[in-house]
Amino acid sequence: MKYLDEYRDADATDELARAIRRETTRPHVIMEVCGGQTHSILRYGLDRLLPDNVELVHGPGCPVCVTALDTIDRAHAIAQRPDVIFTSFGDMLRVPGSTTDLLALRARGADVRVVYSPLDAVALARTNPDRRVVFFGIGFETTAPANAMALIAAKREQLANFSMLASHVLVPPSIASILQSPDNRVQAFLGPGHVCAITGVRAYESLAARYRVPIAITGFEPVDLLRGVLAAVRQLERGSFSVENVYARNVAEAGNAAARAAIAEVFEVVDRNWRGIGAIPKSGYRIAAPYRAHDAEHVFDVGAIATREPARCISGLVLRGVKKPCDCPAFGKDCTPETPLGATMVSSEGACAAYFAHRRPVEVA
Amino acid sequence: MRFGDVQFGGITREVCLEYQPAAQIGDFVLVHVGFAISTIDREEAARTWEVLRELGEDVP
Repeated sequence: MKYLDEYRDADATDELARAIRRETTRPHVIMEVCGGQTHSILRYGLDRLLPDNVELVHGPGCPVCVTALDTIDRAHAIAQRPDVIFTSFGDMLRVPGSTTDLLALRARGADVRVVYSPLDAVALARTNPDRRVVFFGIGFETTAPANAMALIAAKREQLANFSMLASHVLVPPSIASILQSPDNRVQAFLGPGHVCAITGVRAYESLAARYRVPIAITGFEPVDLLRGVLAAVRQLERGSFSVENVYARNVAEAGNAAARAAIAEVFEVVDRNWRGIGAIPKSGYRIAAPYRAHDAEHVFDVGAIATREPARCISGLVLRGVKKPCDCPAFGKDCTPETPLGATMVSSEGACAAYFAHRRPVEVA
Repeated sequence: MRFGDVQFGGITREVCLEYQPAAQIGDFVLVHVGFAISTIDREEAARTWEVLRELGEDVP
């Protein structure tokens, strides 16, 4: 496919890797923010093309991984109601809550359905007027405009049986939280290309200036990722700290105005608790008051929620770039994508799932 | 709401164009959960290959 295949070209990838090796004179630690970038790096073995002193650590950009446990438990409580069709992106189905997951609930009779787009959930509400259709609206800024449009459509059509359990998270506050952490090792970031296609790059300019950290806004294919690494290495080598947009074919400086307007119409910024990481001020969106009739948190009273995290999961340390998945004693043994201890092993954007798929040690009998 | 058919390699799917109101037939768009969120800037795409050419010229 045009604008895709050529960004996986082996000669171009080699050329960039050679330039990175040539220009690196001392150790650098660079974090790729997005789980999609992590998977691409592991899938294509890009980390192995880098010199030993350039280390990539994996960031918090996996939406299902950081969705708060009490939100997941709330989803499970709603999904068990007999009048509900509970819809979600497929990634969420195996994510463990305190006691169960959506796939197990479906096996026990709950009507849990995977949708590709939030608009598919709105369509289900139209065709099932006697059922209450709930969409689990999680994600970063990339997904927020789609979820906003689903709520705008539901309000416009007065679809009283459609609601959304919304728990959005925002990238810039999470980068600030990583940089403020006493155990932080990250010196530069590969910024989230698809998030920036919506938001633009301004928030990242403030981060770069405030924390004196280089940020390369980066795409998801091998050529894009190594261009991001090269841009970060060049800045680290010369001691500069600015935002460089190496994904300009998809990221305009100002982002997407129509999408940002829809977000502003439907959502408001709130403090949010990130699973494995903790509370981060002003780091999420919730549904604003004019759309409250479609806010599942208000529509369904599920009572008090008592959360319980699996004790052995280290996903919080993985999500902050402090540990690698293979540092975990349970990795690939008690914790696999089929029987995950934590969300990072489940999602197509989770770092543990990426290591399981592409970097599992071969067992010797 | 405005929709358009988008080909993804072998398959075609209807995609919401509300966030890419200027998208035209023949454009390449980035699609996320059923929404076109950007239209690929062809000049910027070509820049990648200029950068690579310059890298090649740097090699002694």
